[in-house]
Parts: sequence; structure tokens; C-alpha cells
Amino acid sequence: MSNTTNPNIKSDKPPIGNDKTGTIAAETTTVVSKNATASKTSAPKETAWQHWFGSPHEVKPGLLHRAYAVPSIIIGLLFTLGPMCVIVAFSFMSRPDMGGGVKFQFSTDAYEKLLFRHDFFGNRFFDTRYLEVFGTSLWQALLTTVVCVALAFPIALWMSMKSAKTQQILVLLVTIPFWTNLLVRTYAWMLILNENGPINWAANLLGLGKQQLLYTSFASVIGLIYTFLPFAILPMYSALSGFDFRLVEAAYDLGARKLTVMRRVILRAAMPGVMSGVALCFIPAFGSYVQPVLLGGGRVLMVGNLIASQFAEARNWPFGAALSTVILAITLLGAFLATALGGRASRKAGMTL
Amino acid sequence: MSAAQKVVVARDPEVELRESGLTINHAKKTFTSAEGKEVHAIDDVSLAIHKGEFFILLGPSGCGKTTLLRSIAGLESLDAGEIYLGDQRIDPLPPYERPVNTVFQSYALFPHMTVAQNVAFGLEMEKKPKDEIAKTVQEMLDLVHLGEFGGHKPHQMSGGQQQRVALARSLAKRPKVLLLDESLSALDFKLRRQMQVELKRIQRETGITFIFVTHDQEEALSMGDRIAVFSKGRPEQVGTPEQIYNEPANRFVADFIGDINFFDAVKSGDGVITVEGVPFHVKQDISNLPDGAEICAAVRPERIELAAPDDTALQGTVETVVFMGADVRCHVRLSDGTLLLVRISPPFDTSVLYQGATVSVHVEAAHMRVVER
Repeated sequence: MSNTTNPNIKSDKPPIGNDKTGTIAAETTTVVSKNATASKTSAPKETAWQHWFGSPHEVKPGLLHRAYAVPSIIIGLLFTLGPMCVIVAFSFMSRPDMGGGVKFQFSTDAYEKLLFRHDFFGNRFFDTRYLEVFGTSLWQALLTTVVCVALAFPIALWMSMKSAKTQQILVLLVTIPFWTNLLVRTYAWMLILNENGPINWAANLLGLGKQQLLYTSFASVIGLIYTFLPFAILPMYSALSGFDFRLVEAAYDLGARKLTVMRRVILRAAMPGVMSGVALCFIPAFGSYVQPVLLGGGRVLMVGNLIASQFAEARNWPFGAALSTVILAITLLGAFLATALGGRASRKAGMTL
Repeated sequence: MSAAQKVVVARDPEVELRESGLTINHAKKTFTSAEGKEVHAIDDVSLAIHKGEFFILLGPSGCGKTTLLRSIAGLESLDAGEIYLGDQRIDPLPPYERPVNTVFQSYALFPHMTVAQNVAFGLEMEKKPKDEIAKTVQEMLDLVHLGEFGGHKPHQMSGGQQQRVALARSLAKRPKVLLLDESLSALDFKLRRQMQVELKRIQRETGITFIFVTHDQEEALSMGDRIAVFSKGRPEQVGTPEQIYNEPANRFVADFIGDINFFDAVKSGDGVITVEGVPFHVKQDISNLPDGAEICAAVRPERIELAAPDDTALQGTVETVVFMGADVRCHVRLSDGTLLLVRISPPFDTSVLYQGATVSVHVEAAHMRVVER
């Protein structure tokens, strides 16, 4: 490190990146641990604070001490785990006598409602209505995922074979949909699919007659596929963009034909991307809300809509929270299964969930 | 030299060719560069490579040697010409149907497979039974001294080891011809020396025809049975290392292989050339050149002798004397300004050889090669 850079570092940061890194790192640690309460009693022994946030290594020149990460970790945890904790907690509470919200009283009613129904006399019946909603959601999400991945793989492969400059442009093109709000884009689909839209106009010209496209589960799936296709393309592309196409030549040279090369070499390399793509399509599609409402016209009831209606019209917050918790559990289960069943590639993807 | 190799050399090359030598007839390949210019990567190349030969394609980068190798492998298609393996024409075949395998410069090992799976890949493509594959894989790994490493992943191995895995993977297919594309260039000097010896051993043991591409002339001289020196898409000379080194066909070959000195000379009679007024009787047949033709005489640094000044010989001044261990390298400036590199093996006369000394330069005419100016 040259002498000219050191004063700059000193001026706006605590003294790190000095030649005597070891001593300064030690100083920073002690200063920090004095702020923590535990350090007074057992000075030479490692405090809890030091255990979690103290670095076992010297702070390298140009790097900040690990403690600097704490605020962002706290904010990150609040924003990710915080809402989930609230939802899980709410799902185990009771419904107030009137209106929305929750009563702070433990109850499993919400989960019971998922599977059972009480008739007028208080008898319990097994109820499949909500399971059917889960089934529809699962089916639509699976369909979306399969189509997205199947479409995305050739696109990602094609992109990764282009020159570096073209690749940049193509990635930009893939991300173009994100520039506009999802609602606006979904309304655009309503225009395309409606009775007097371009598709029906073309169908009419061909003598096929007008088709009811909008407000069907077909329209809902089309909307889902459209929405999540970029989420399948991007991770696959990123897995393939670093792919060494000389491996393809090597495989040909060793006697492999096209399909074998595709299956055993290219697809293998794309696998982490495929798994991430599956996760990124399936999870949000499973809980999707906009497309089933706007394009499916409410005829297709999916978990997302059910949850929304519990918080809005039905004013049954614990039940809405319970539904969300079940989705969370299913997703986690899927991730664990992928990790347990899949090889190393899918394990990598499992970590990204 | 093993007995097996001598036998190969002794056999009639024509018979060898018909058996399974590789013949290239008038191969052509043109690329269009980014600026739209046509580049003749292979410019009407015809070569005959014998069975069981260690053949080297040598040349500077961009001379078309790698393109030729890739054309033999089937990874590049020729614009014109044919490639025969024995009687079989192979250039229209896709790469996976050619009995030819390549060891790539980048090794191109499959990163998600273990070493053993990499070596087994080619055999699985042939749908060989499992136990046979396992046996061949072990044999091949033993051949390259990596018998213990079957379970390793490529990234856990050093460059030299990966190189040997790539070699084993290609050899496992028992190809008729093995192509090696600058295969040693990524290794450090010492490892490279080891692998050169290793490759020669493996080639002798397997009897497979090796075609080895390199830009390193020392590597070419030390390993090749025969060498084709390439320049601008065509072979300038094909011959044994001795022929290439001692009897270069033209100035390019002479200059590319090893160190060499060029004297401006004039043909002054039948088998006689004159360098700065001093006549030399050369052994080489130069009868096709007219008298008075302006030519060059090429001489290797180790073929020049320096002595005390002598009026009948070429005169020069010693400019530098560099001790190199096994020999001494001097630069001698001739009176016409030509700078000569001279390599002298001990013992040498320090009373004659010192910086600034005037010396006479002696060359045995037999070691002079006449090339174009």
C-alpha cells in the first residue's frame, strides 16, 4: 500500500488499512466490546459479542471491521424474517368478534378451518374446498413453471452463445418488462385477449370465429407464463454465460451426438440455473394474485386471491395468515426436497431459495 | 529408441499409408476476418502422415496449424480438399464418427464429472459393457500414472495432472490418430520437459499416430519423428528434425528453427559462393541458380569458428562475449556491418577471444546453407 492512499482512508474512516494492521484491529475490537455490556467482568475471555462479531483474523488493509455489517444485518433480518414471524404468530391467534385484526388468544381454529367445516349444529365435516384451491394453484404454478423453463432454456442457450456485446443487449431486452408496472402489463394482456382484441380479430379472419379467451384459466396461465418467463431466463442464462463451449467440442470429439451433448454436458452446466429458474417461477406463481383476478376474471380461485379475500372481504385475518403459513411451509418443503434429492447443482439452487 | 520405432521407420511408407496413415489432399480453408478480409487459414495443403508416427505441425501463431488439426478432428469443415485415413475418406464425417481424438489446449475436461467419469465418457458413447469400461479406464489412468486419482474432480488437480487426464480420456477411445493441440503450452518449463518424455513413451507404447501442434521449435525438434514447418497456411518444409535443422529448405524455416546467421552472398561459379570476396565451396546443389545470383548463406552459430586474424578469411570484431555455462556466445561484427552470433564450446583461446578483439571468421562450407535473400 503506498503512502499516498493512507491519509485518504484516515480522513473519513476509522484508522484501518494501516501498516500495523494487527494492533489497530485489536484496538477496534476492544472499543467495540466496551460498548457491549458483557466485557467488564471477563476481559481476557471471549465475550459473546466478540464471538459473533469479532474477526478471528486481522482486519486486512482496505477492509472494514466485521462489526460494521451489524446495522444492515439487523435491517435485513427485520425486513425478511419480521413479517414472516408476524404472519405465523397471527395464524395461531383468534378472530375478534367483530371486524378484522386478531385477538391475542392462542387458537388453532384457522388451521382447522382449512380442512373442516362446522354445520349449523356444530358437527364437524371434512371440507375439501380449500384443498381444491391449493390444488388449482399448484396445478397452475406447475404448468407455468414447466412452460417457462422449457421456453427459457433454448433462449438462455442462444443468448449465451452470442458475442459479449450482443449478450448485454439481449439481457437488457429480457429485463424490459420490469420497466413497466405489472398491473399495466396485465391490462395490456386484457386488451390483447378480449373479444375484440387482435387475437380474436385474427381468428375471425381465419374463419375460426370469436373465442372466449379473457376470463378463463387459460388467460390466467398465459399471464403467469408471461410474467415469470424472465425469471426463468435470467438464472439459466447466468449459469450458461460462463459455460465453456469447448466442452461441447470435446464431447463431440469423444463420440457424443447432439442429444447426448445437450443432456450430459450443456444441461448439466445449466442445472443450477434451471433449479433457480424453477424456484423463481414456481414460488411466486403459486401465490400469484394479479393474473387470476384480472385475466382469470375471478373464475379461477387461487391461494393468493383466497388470502387477499380473507384480509379484505371476509375479515378473517388468522385464516389468511394460516393460508400464508401453509404456502410458506410447502415452499420450504419443496426447497428441502430439492436439496435432499438433487445433486450438487440443485443444492446450490436450494440455497438461493 | 525402441526397436518398435525402428521397425516403423524401416517399413515402406507407401504400405503404411495404405494401412492407416493420414493423407491430406489439397486442403483449403478460408476465413473472413472481422474487417471483411479473406484469410487463408489453410492454403492448399497436402501432407502424408505415416502410421505410428509422431508428427509435428510447427509454426508461428496464426499459421493455420490449429485449423488443420481441427479439420482433421472434424471440428472445422474444409472448403476444398480431402482427408483420408488409410483408404477411408473422413472429411465428410461428423467428429463423433471419426476414429480420431483430440487433446485440447484447454484440456476441456468435464468439470461436473470425476476423472474416471471423464475417461469413461468416450467409451460410454460406444455403448461398451460397464465392466469393460471400468477396466479400460483404470488401464488408461495407470498409463498416465494417475491410477489413484479416478475419484478426483478435475478442479482438484494440478495443470499437469489435468493434462494427463485429457490424454487418458482421448487414448481410452483407442483412436487411429491422436491430435494434440498445443497441449503442453500451459505447463511450466520443468513439467513440460517431463510431459514431452512422457508423451514419447506413451506414443511408443500405444503405437498410435500422434499429430502434435506446437509453436515451440525446441519441443518440435525434441519430440517429432517428422516435422512440418507451417507459415501462412502452408507447409514450408516437411522432414525429420535433423533435416529441418541442418538443411532448412528456405529462409523462413532456417530463421524459425533455432538461431542462425545469414551472410549476403553471390553465386560465383559451380558450387561456389562468395561472401565478402571470400569463396566457399558449398556441398548443396545450387546448379539451378544462375551465376551472379544474389543469395544468402545461412550458418548455425555453433558451426562458426573464430581464430587469430588471417587475411584469407572473413574479418570481424568481437563486440560481446557472454558466458552461458556450457558454452560462450559472442557477437561478431563483420566489416560490412553484419552481426554474427557465434557459439563456442570450451576450451577456447582467451588470448584471441575478448571484447574488441579482431578475429577471423571460419565456416566449413559443408555447414553453409544457401537460401533466398
